[in-house]
Order: sequence, then structure tokens, then C-alpha cells
Amino acid sequence: MPAPLFWIFVIFMLFFGVMVVVNRSPVASAMSLVVCFLGLAALYISLDAFFLGVIQILVYAGAVMVLFLFIIMLLDLKAEQRRRFNLIAMFGGIVVVVLFVKVLVDVCYGFQGGNAVFPAISHNVGHGDTWQVGMALFQQYKLPLQMIGALVVVASVGAVLLSKRELK
Amino acid sequence: MATLNDYLLASGLLFTVGFAGVLLRRNIIIIFMALELMLNAANLSLVGFSRFHTQAGLPDYNAQVLVFFIITVAAAEVAVGLAVIVALFRAKQTTHIENLNSLKF
Repeated sequence: MPAPLFWIFVIFMLFFGVMVVVNRSPVASAMSLVVCFLGLAALYISLDAFFLGVIQILVYAGAVMVLFLFIIMLLDLKAEQRRRFNLIAMFGGIVVVVLFVKVLVDVCYGFQGGNAVFPAISHNVGHGDTWQVGMALFQQYKLPLQMIGALVVVASVGAVLLSKRELK
Repeated sequence: MATLNDYLLASGLLFTVGFAGVLLRRNIIIIFMALELMLNAANLSLVGFSRFHTQAGLPDYNAQVLVFFIITVAAAEVAVGLAVIVALFRAKQTTHIENLNSLKF
């Protein structure tokens, strides 16, 4: 991917990420989160991870965000009232974030291996990205895949149990 | 062409945005969304490492399988977390963390 396109998608993603945090209305936050995840999917595709880009759109921008919106509508949340700022929490948050960004920039630009050029990959091996991920998943990672399946079953049963009106 | 450092920086900045959201916001649903942002930032760095660590001319697919598992676990986590939030709302009639402090020391 050409560099200008990469930076456009990064700025797009970060802008809507910030909108998630600064929007007062929860519905507007959720919609910004969808757009942020679309930008992230574009970055995955720029990294030749087509399967993960599509999964990101289907699972996050589709399923997870519908769940969020559904809960926001169900709880009937109003836009947050403008409130007196908790100065200590505000100050602590900003200090932690600024220090974190400083450490991040230091580490990233001190990391020589990260300046490597984009390594070429062979696109003519006959199989796509999805085939490769599927082969890794079903040959090397059979047991973790089964465990993930069990985990999803347990999570959905747990969600149903938590939403029952009274627990026995 | 973008380098690995650029991707790591983008991922770190996204993580920072999510972190700021967790620290600054008071609505528990927005905090949950900011947690999702942080999780996805970690995924972005994993995909970046996968692409820049080529083996025999192909990206390292082990990392992409890990990202696949993380997305699955995150989906399960969102389902359970939102069920917990609904149960909490039913008990306390609020989603503001200032009113949800019965476990606070």
C-alpha cells in the first residue's frame, strides 16, 4: 500500500477512535467505533491479511456493534450530562497518557528492526490467504480450535443465565 | 512504503486512545467500548509482526491464527460483559461508575 493511503487510514482510524471517547451520546460513540473498526480492517488488508480484514468487518463492525447498539437501546441511555470535571482523575489520566505516548515513540524509533523495508511476498503460490490460515488452523491448532468452540458455548450459556430475572 | 515502526506507532496510538477512554469516561458502556479499542490495537501490532516476519516468501500465519483466536475470545467476552452490564443496570438502575462503588475500598 502506498504511504499516503496508509497514513490516511491511520488518521481516519485514530480520529474515529477519539470520537468514541469524546462523544457524549452512547449511540454516536458506538457508530464511531464501527467506523474506527472499518479503518482497522483497511489496515489489515494493507498488510495482506485479507481473511482477518473480512473477519474484522463481519465480527466487529457487524455482530459486536449490533450487540452494543442493542444494549444501548435496551437500557435507553441518554446523552451524558455535562458534569464538573474530576480534576485529579483528569490530571492523572492526561499524565499517564502523555508518558505512555513518549515511551511508545522512544521504543518505536529506537527499534532498528522496525525500519526494515516491506518484505516481498510471493502471490503466486496458488493458494490465498484464507487457505493458508485455514490450513494452519485445522492442522496445527486443532485442539485450541475445539477449546475456543467450548469457550463460546460456555459464554453464550453464561450470557443467557446472567440475563435471567432471578438467579437460583 | 510504511515500515513496521509506522504500524507499531499506529497500534500504540490506538491503544493510548482506548486507555484514555477507560481513564476519562464515567459511563460503563463507553468504558467497555474503549476496552475493545485497546484489544484491537494489540491485534493490529500482531498482524504487522506477521507481515514483516516472512517465512519462505509468506507472512507468518501463526500470528494470524492467534489474532483469529483473540477475535473469537473478544466476541465471547463482549457477550458476557454486556450481560453483566444489563444485570448491573437491573439491580442499580444506572450505568455510571460513580454510582457503582459498592466493591470500592
